[in-house]
Amino acid sequence: MFARGLKRKCVDQEDDGEGALAGFGTIPSYSLQRQSLLDMSLVKLQLCHMLVEPNLCRSVLIANTVRQIQEEMTRDGVGQGAAPQSTGRAPLDRLVSTEILCRTVRGPEAGCPVPDLGDGPLQGPLPEICTVDAAEVPRSPQSNPWEMDSPRESRGSFQKSLDQIFETLEHKNHSSMEDLFSDMDSSYYDLDTVLTGMMTSAKPGLCDGLEGFAAAAPPPGSTCKSDLAEVDHVVEILVET
Amino acid sequence: SRYRKKKQKRYLLPDIISTVEFNHTGELLATGDKGGRVVIFQREPESKNAPHSQGEYDVYSTFQSHEPEFDYLKSLEIEEKINKIKWLPQQNAAHSLLSTNDKTIKLWKITERDKRPEGYNLKDEEGKLKDLSTVTSLQVPVLKPMDLMVEVSPRRIFANGHTYHINSISVNSDCETYMSADDLRINLWHLAVTDRSFNIVDIKPANMEDLTEVITASEFHPHHCNLFVYSSSKGSLRLCDMRAAALCDKHSKLFEEPEDPSSRSFFSEIISSVSDVKFSHSGRYMLTRDYLTVKVWDLNMEARPIETYQVHDYLRSKLCSLYENDCIFDKFECAWNGSDSVIMTGAYNNFFRMFDRNSKRDVTLEASRESSKPRAVLKPRRVCMGGKRRRDDISVDSLDFTKKILHTAWHPAENIIAIAATNNLYIFQDKVNSDMH
Repeated sequence: MFARGLKRKCVDQEDDGEGALAGFGTIPSYSLQRQSLLDMSLVKLQLCHMLVEPNLCRSVLIANTVRQIQEEMTRDGVGQGAAPQSTGRAPLDRLVSTEILCRTVRGPEAGCPVPDLGDGPLQGPLPEICTVDAAEVPRSPQSNPWEMDSPRESRGSFQKSLDQIFETLEHKNHSSMEDLFSDMDSSYYDLDTVLTGMMTSAKPGLCDGLEGFAAAAPPPGSTCKSDLAEVDHVVEILVET
Repeated sequence: SRYRKKKQKRYLLPDIISTVEFNHTGELLATGDKGGRVVIFQREPESKNAPHSQGEYDVYSTFQSHEPEFDYLKSLEIEEKINKIKWLPQQNAAHSLLSTNDKTIKLWKITERDKRPEGYNLKDEEGKLKDLSTVTSLQVPVLKPMDLMVEVSPRRIFANGHTYHINSISVNSDCETYMSADDLRINLWHLAVTDRSFNIVDIKPANMEDLTEVITASEFHPHHCNLFVYSSSKGSLRLCDMRAAALCDKHSKLFEEPEDPSSRSFFSEIISSVSDVKFSHSGRYMLTRDYLTVKVWDLNMEARPIETYQVHDYLRSKLCSLYENDCIFDKFECAWNGSDSVIMTGAYNNFFRMFDRNSKRDVTLEASRESSKPRAVLKPRRVCMGGKRRRDDISVDSLDFTKKILHTAWHPAENIIAIAATNNLYIFQDKVNSDMH
């Protein structure tokens, strides 16, 4: 059910790690890898304070992936905390809005550093998880916190629209939120560590990683508005005869 | 082999190329870039005097199409990157094209001036008014040749039509209307009217929490002006008929391949998302690109594609890493050749792939300056997963995922292809007449 690459590492805890990963320690179990994939997905959704609107298609695909993982975890009976069965929307209970993720882990922090958005597929070092405005307050559990009428969409930033996609519907109280995070490896929230860990860590990461894949330097093309008459000068022509 | 002998020309452009498009005759090739610039290349007419430079492309015109903007309501920047360029069919001496960024579509008119009038009666050579007392006779101004000047001017600006990011534009075969598609909506415009557009598809849910699917690409049928197709992030295609209703939310046909339950993973949906859809020139088929395959669909069969080609199946076991570094969201385009017998798409490591639908042969080629030595032939490349490895094979682990060929275009009639590799535009032409058609 999992990607083939992960299955190869899905050995039981009892088995010794074998092959290329031998000597690096225990290979993570399927459920731990699944949890890590969930964590990674939630982190991906948290691109706070971007200068440009995030890609909606990408966000929707990641959100769907999160939902799938949550549903499977629920079916397996693995809960992040209590599993209320009353509503048909139980899987959505597990979805955590980005702002709550920010607030709970780091506590109130002022602002959020603007991320350096490289052009390569690997984003540059992302800022640590930030909080949203202090004006946001936890809502009463029973009411639908988000009014879905269209004026909201035009009012707020797109980040709020994204929050609307992933909101916690019925988290009853803060204790369930602690449960939510209790088995999450908190080191994942130090994104610099995560990204460095991807490259250099001796532990078996979530993914094999692609050995040939290096951190992308932004391509040399500049976005400066060079004089268009100079285009001819910078154009190099290579003709094969 | 017909794939090997190619003449290669490489242009280094000042910015990352974001779209490539031939016009309807193939005489002009337009590129758009991340900095909002459009560069147009023109094919030189073949000359008997210089048979070696027959029909090559040179820079024809360059202009700034879009500038970065700021959306004050959302406190977000609007990128000037050109997402798509579409040429209008030529109706007079001028050429016209549509270019679009995330929010605004512009119609540009490209005209040539190669003559200018001389011999005015009232003005002198510099344009200053003459002293009338010096005018003793009348002359008729004559047109004298001058150096070719290409003038580009914006004729229409179609703004404020989209809340979400525009991913496609497509000119209708009626040559009067065109459509623009964003993540959730498709609008129909008349080329002469900028203050109004008609919404023809709207998949925005009443409750944005329920959003699970977006529009990824859209195109008008090449012959039937009432038909268009749009693709989704769940891998489905919807063919719509504008005669059926004003709002084409109900598709006429839904093309969807059933999922193979044995290969299902958490990444199945993401890799099924269609990044590009193109009608064949005949109008009988559609070509789609998803992350790992290209598929040919028959308009008469909705149940499954009639052909599926693996672009880089060796990535299937690397999906988790590609998800982690976001490469899994890369949107590759695809293209038909003029006779719909060969299809082409890009991949990583500056590789691009061609599939011959008749012979079922396929080839992997590389667009790189290293391989462009004089007298070199374009050598087919091979990616190996491990096991037996031939010389010159590339191991999948040494592929460069920053070198991706997302944008490719095929001349409408001839074996000329344009490949965009980051800042480089490669134009490959057959040296000898090919029997590919």
